[in-house]
Formats: sequence, C-alpha cells, structure tokens
Amino acid sequence: MSVLVFADSSEGKFKKTAFEVVSYGKKVAEELGSDLVVLTINGGDASQLYTYGAETVVEVKNELTSFNAKAYASIIKQVAEAKGASTVIIDSSVDGLTVAPLVAVALDAGYASNAVALPSSTNPFVVKRKAFSNKGFNNTEISTEKKVIGVAKNSYGAHENAVSGTTESFDATLPELGVTSVEINKAQGKVTIADADIVVSAGRGLKGPENWGMIEELAEVLGAATACSKPVSDLGWRPHSEHVGQTGKPVAANLYIAIGISGAIQHLAGINASKVKVVINTDPEAPFFKAADYGIVGDAFEVVPQLIDKLKAFKQA
Amino acid sequence: MKILVCISHVPDTTSKINFTDNDTKFDTNGVQYVINPYDEFSLTRAMWFKEKQGASVTVVNVGGASTEPTLRKALAIGADDAIRVNAEPTDGLMVAKELTEVVKNGGYDLVLAGKESADYNGQMVPGMLASLLDFNFVNGCVGVEVEGTNVTLLREIDGGEEKVSSTLPMVIAGQKGIVEEKDLRIPNMRGIMMARKKPLNVVEPVGAAAATVTQNFEKPAAKGAVKLVDNVDDLIDLLHNEAKVI
Repeated sequence: MSVLVFADSSEGKFKKTAFEVVSYGKKVAEELGSDLVVLTINGGDASQLYTYGAETVVEVKNELTSFNAKAYASIIKQVAEAKGASTVIIDSSVDGLTVAPLVAVALDAGYASNAVALPSSTNPFVVKRKAFSNKGFNNTEISTEKKVIGVAKNSYGAHENAVSGTTESFDATLPELGVTSVEINKAQGKVTIADADIVVSAGRGLKGPENWGMIEELAEVLGAATACSKPVSDLGWRPHSEHVGQTGKPVAANLYIAIGISGAIQHLAGINASKVKVVINTDPEAPFFKAADYGIVGDAFEVVPQLIDKLKAFKQA
Repeated sequence: MKILVCISHVPDTTSKINFTDNDTKFDTNGVQYVINPYDEFSLTRAMWFKEKQGASVTVVNVGGASTEPTLRKALAIGADDAIRVNAEPTDGLMVAKELTEVVKNGGYDLVLAGKESADYNGQMVPGMLASLLDFNFVNGCVGVEVEGTNVTLLREIDGGEEKVSSTLPMVIAGQKGIVEEKDLRIPNMRGIMMARKKPLNVVEPVGAAAATVTQNFEKPAAKGAVKLVDNVDDLIDLLHNEAKVI
C-alpha cells in the first residue's frame, strides 16, 4: 500500500502548496507504514520534491497545457491504482480543490477537505478540518477503505526532509476533456493572494482608490499581496479579486496586515486562518482589534508611510 | 434549458458558532438560516437565464422540513418550483448521490451550485455530482454564457482567471462574479405571495450512504488580547523577534 500525493504545478513550476502537501504526505506515510509516491503532471524539477521527502516521483508528461479537472482526476486515479494507493493527498490550490472531489468519486473514497493537521488517528482514520468559515473545526472519520485528504493551505507548512528519491515516468490515458481552455489571464509580476505569505489589506479607512499607492508600496517592501475589504471592492476602488472575506477570497497567510478595516464578522471569517494579524485603525473600538495579535491605534496616512520607511531600513540592515 | 440550482440551508454569516451534546452537534439555538451565499449568486444567474433565454429553474435541497423556508425564499426570488429530498445531509458524498438521482429523474441539462457551503466549507458536492453524472464541471465560476449547448465560462485560477469552453450538460460551481452582489435579489411581496402557490415537491431519498462521519467539533483556542503598540519601531520589532513573520 502507498500514500499518493499530487504535487500541483503551473507552467512547469510547482506551486508552493505542492511542497506543503508532500511534507504532509511524508508524515502520513510514516504513520501508516506505507511508501510515499508523489505524482506530477507536466510539473517542475522532481528533485525539488526529494527535498521534502518524496522517495518516488511519478512524472506524467502529456500535451495538456493547463489544468483540466476530468483529465487530472483520471490520471490521479490511474496512478493511484497502479501504485496501490490507499490514501491520496491533494493541496488546496484552486485546482486541487476542484479535482479532489472527482478523485474521491473515481476511487470510491471518502474525502475530507480542508484538513488543518495530520490525522489524529489512523485507525479509525480521523482528521481535523476547518468548518464554519474558520469559526470551528470538525474532527472527521473517513470510514471507507480508500481515502482522499485535502490539506488546507498554510496549515501544515513545508518541512525539508531530504531523501535521494527516484523519478519514473508514467503513461496515462487521457479521457475526453469536456472543458477546454481558451485563454489564461494572470497578474504578471505581482504576488497573488493565493501564494502570499504576507497580505496587506485595506478598507474604507483609506478614503478613496487614489490612496492605494502607499498600500502597494508597503506590499512591495514586504513581498506581500494586496487585498481589500468588501465595501472597497463593492465601491469599485479595487478589483473583486482582491476582496477578502467569507464570500470573497480566504486568506491563510503568515502575516495579515489590515489597514482601515473595522473587522466585520464576514471579513474576519475570511482571514481567521492567518497566523499573525496586525490592525492599524483610528478607532480603538474597531472590532478587528479583538481578533488581532498586534495593533496600532492611529491614522493610516501617518502610520503607513512611517512603516514603509522603517521597513525599508529594516530590510537593508 | 432546464436548470437545477442546488441550495444549501446554512446559518447566517453573522451567526455565533456553538456546539452541543458534548460538541457532537451544531447548536441551532437562536441561529437564523439563509440561502447559502454562494448558491445565491448561482441562483441569481439562473434567474437571468430564465428571464433572458427562457430557461426553467428548479431549486433543490437535501434536508429536513426545517429547510423549506429557505426553498420558499428561493421560489420568492423567482425559481419555478422546488424539490426537497427528505433526508438529513450526513456528508458531501451522500448529498451528491441524492442530488444525482434528482438530476437524472428531472433531465436537467445545467446544474448550478455555489462553490461551497458557508457551514462545512467542503467544496466537494458540485464536483462529486458532476463526476457521478459524468457531466462537464467548472469550479469557482465567475462568468458564464450559454448559447445552444455551448457554454463559455470564466473560472478563477490561482492569481487570475481562465476562459474555458464546454458543452451542456454540465455542473457549474459559482461564486461572486457569476453575478455581482449588487444584482442579488431581495424577494418582494408579490414574489413572496407567488412562492406560496409554487410547487415544493418532497421526494424520498434513495438512501445514499455517507463516506465520512463527524466525530465531534471544536472551537478555535481562545485568542490572547491584542498587543497595542505606540510606534512602528515596536511593531517591526515584535513582528521580527516575537512573531517571527518578517
């Protein structure tokens, strides 16, 4: 029996979540006393995966130029069956979240998404999952013989555990695609919320879109992504893709800096999974302070420029 | 076009989350239930198809009788009829299997849902449903147009959007963007009165089995009080030396 990890990639490069999910899979394989097999589809340099404990990397190369749910699910199933995988582990990239349910059905496996920790028990198999938009956790027992686990982003982390792995190629049959890619539009040269360790987010306290320059500059200094509250995207000050919250994008960053955001419950639900939260707000009664780790009661227009200058100096030191 | 919109009955987004019975059950005390916000985006898009392209719209929920007010609200928004599969949902696979029977029996060619429910956040039912039906599937949909049986969609990807094309029948999991929030509809009095007369059919479940069981729930550990600082030097110091995030 083996544990199969799908290491997702885009344009021939592994996503950051791929290293996290391989690290997670390594531990699960150890707990189960199973081999670890890592599958890549048109992925990056397999030796990058050895660093995180991938003893066996199965490479599938084909003509697919971008993600396709049906094709990926079919390939994962074929490799899972060929390698006798009892447990399949998939990341929480947008594509990972899309393909995992299809894999579960294809393998007749129980599926636990959004796992935030290693299984607390492997017999019975129990994993802790986030629920209620991060306001609770759900300890879920997977009762089927085969299991699919989706690992929530930034919940386990990437842990180096170098092995001298081997890579083998696998010829997978492609099904009819059903959905075909026409065009991909990606923000170039910007850190995206999905990949960011640090997110700098601002709200109505910024008074208008013309004031976002300092937010972007702060993000640049920190190597962070920019985000915003719902009213800001509703007002059209920032694109909807930056809206963070319960019905917007969830953020599971290491550091979330909220500037001029009061902290509505729906916004907090979207950022609860972030590890360290900093709030800068003029109103000491803003509810966000209750959810924050660190705070400055102050005017963003005074605090943020100082923060930019001091961080630049800190980075150069 | 026959459209089926899957509706989850979920606690209002402002609800306090508590558990009872030794943390094995969600505490419904004082909780207001609503149409799952992600489903509401997809329902609104379905209404657009109905009004502009002449589609019929059925809404469906797998749940007990207590979910009927949520289905009535969907009818008040404009759906033609509703189906309640008379079973308490136990996990995503069970719900997807029950919905599969509804789709097969009703001959729907477009199934719309929200990408996840606001309670369990599993993001699994639409994909499982598509897989069980062998329908095409697009997740995280932020734009959709249908012409005949050809479908053009925008889906969210990490760091951007992808335009894709597909054909009916398909399952689409939508989110904000498939319609804008300002376009969501609040039922008016006429809609509410009409909803009372629209059919809400209760069908018995096929008895699909769950593959997972919730053992218990936990709440996040209580958070310590915020550390307020007076100046950015102290903040940078704390982020570097204490939190170790910069």
